[in-house]
Amino acid sequence: MSTHTNPAVAATSFKGPARKKRRTPEQGGHPAWGIAAWAVGLLFAAPVLFMLLTSFHSETDAATNPPSVLAPLTLDGYRSFFAGQPWPPLINSLTASVVSTLLVLVLAVPAAYALSIKPVQKWTDVLFFFLSTKFLPIVAGLLPLYLFANATGLLDNISFLVLLYTSMNLPIAVWMMRSFLAEVPVEMMEAAQLDGAGLITMLRSVVAPVALPGIAATSLICFIFSWNELLLARTLTSTVASTSPVFLTSFATSQGLFLAQVCAAAVVISLPVLAAGFAAQDKLVQGLSLGAVK
Amino acid sequence: MTTATPAASELTPEQRTTYQAPQGQAARDRREARRRRIPLLPALVFTIAATQLPFLATIVISFMDYRALRPDQRGFTGFDNYVQVFTNPAIRGAVLTTILLTATVVIASLVLGTAIALLLDRKFIGRGAVRTMMIAPFLVVPVASALLWKHGILNSGYGLLNGVLTWVWALFGSDSPPQPAWLTDYPLLSIELSLIWQWTPFMMLILLAGLQSKPGDVVEAARMDGAGNWQIFRYITFPHLRRYLELGGLLGSIYIVQAFDSVFIITAGALGTANLPYTIYATFFQQQNYGLASAQGVVVVIGTIIIATFALRTVSSLFDEETGR
Repeated sequence: MSTHTNPAVAATSFKGPARKKRRTPEQGGHPAWGIAAWAVGLLFAAPVLFMLLTSFHSETDAATNPPSVLAPLTLDGYRSFFAGQPWPPLINSLTASVVSTLLVLVLAVPAAYALSIKPVQKWTDVLFFFLSTKFLPIVAGLLPLYLFANATGLLDNISFLVLLYTSMNLPIAVWMMRSFLAEVPVEMMEAAQLDGAGLITMLRSVVAPVALPGIAATSLICFIFSWNELLLARTLTSTVASTSPVFLTSFATSQGLFLAQVCAAAVVISLPVLAAGFAAQDKLVQGLSLGAVK
Repeated sequence: MTTATPAASELTPEQRTTYQAPQGQAARDRREARRRRIPLLPALVFTIAATQLPFLATIVISFMDYRALRPDQRGFTGFDNYVQVFTNPAIRGAVLTTILLTATVVIASLVLGTAIALLLDRKFIGRGAVRTMMIAPFLVVPVASALLWKHGILNSGYGLLNGVLTWVWALFGSDSPPQPAWLTDYPLLSIELSLIWQWTPFMMLILLAGLQSKPGDVVEAARMDGAGNWQIFRYITFPHLRRYLELGGLLGSIYIVQAFDSVFIITAGALGTANLPYTIYATFFQQQNYGLASAQGVVVVIGTIIIATFALRTVSSLFDEETGR
């Protein structure tokens, strides 16, 4: 509700009123540009649309050359996907993504608060330390993690994956949330303080309305990264705790007769990410560029 | 001693003026500083433990002869693993593949992303819908997207690409369209195509955000002075976009250097497509040579740090603007 009334938030969104003011009339231009844009958009979406369409075809109609676009639709691909025990990996993915995202929130919100609203000394150094950890390729720490898990019995255990996903997403989340909390106008907080508002009142009535949409977007991005992760999951889990991407790799060597099923699997497992990504698309770029682009 | 009396340079101007004040004031400041640090500590401690410790262990193991299959040989060997990293032709090949793959994908997706961002910055009917379609490739789970490219698009028998070739050739009455075996004849190109498709939307999003932060009045003034479209792009839009191009290129590099999913799925590292992350994975899992895998990991980190230094500088220049507002 408050996003519509708060100019600080509206200005950061793609569709915010600030942009309209800057538009000049001649930038509308020739209709050919619109047609070109639609063509490019369709070209990039074509593989996804093809995947969706193929997932509803029978295996024989899926594996034809040229593609049989108009073939009758069927749910066979989905039936055989769900007959192949996809539930344990889907539930593992959901657990790992949701629990690690919650842990990230618990750790990142106070840290972002300490780096923006009441900044600690040398807060930029701390912020850059968090960012620099993202530049360590995961593969470079993989072996010790494997040996550690092997020695402590945490191999093939979803809780170890939860902890690793938390550490993987925490630096990005701290950056994103810091940039969202930094949008809280200092004057408003000072005014609230003068009016005698306590810490709780101020968090609830001044900070939360501005920061909550950003915190929600941060959570969605952490969820997406955890859901997508393959290397750690493949290395550290095997039968009990394997996740959806690991399950998908079992289709890597499938032959042509299973194309519809492969597409159905890809659709089902991508669906949560597509939904989350479309929901957060305005804040997605800000998050993925670590808050450096508004 | 040093913690009890902070150096004057660490204090804010307000604090400096009260620095000579009675002892009670300085103690209160220190208590306040410590209180502010508390919310930060859990995240900081967790991050150090989870990211720095494993890497330190990797460095230690990289100097060891450590193979899962020969536990009796375990011990320190100095730089042997590193010598092997730099002399083994397969590993040198992986370095070359990594550089080639990263550079091709980053440059192609930056060029395409810029062109598409310029298109989408214009006003046209259904702009929101086109933007949503453009983002879709970036939101498909990477493993799913690699599978889609391998089986659905690049397969020589029934893939979409050769299917479209057949269909287009048939339109012109030909029944002998070219049907390349993409995955075996052009294995690296196959991986690059799927990654370019996946990363162009990311570049497009960053550059579109950059374009939309461009001040309109400057363009308007230039147009009044008689500047053409190309001049406006060359002298106003492009300089403004430069930092966004750098940011996109560097963030993209950081992720694409680490690309594992597509190499693992599409070719499983065969036919000269094994990049460093895949090679480390294979050294670790198939050869079970932990020492060598660790040395490879350390080399990758050194390479990444070189890119990251530039990335940090770029992010920090964008960041300075914000803090200096």
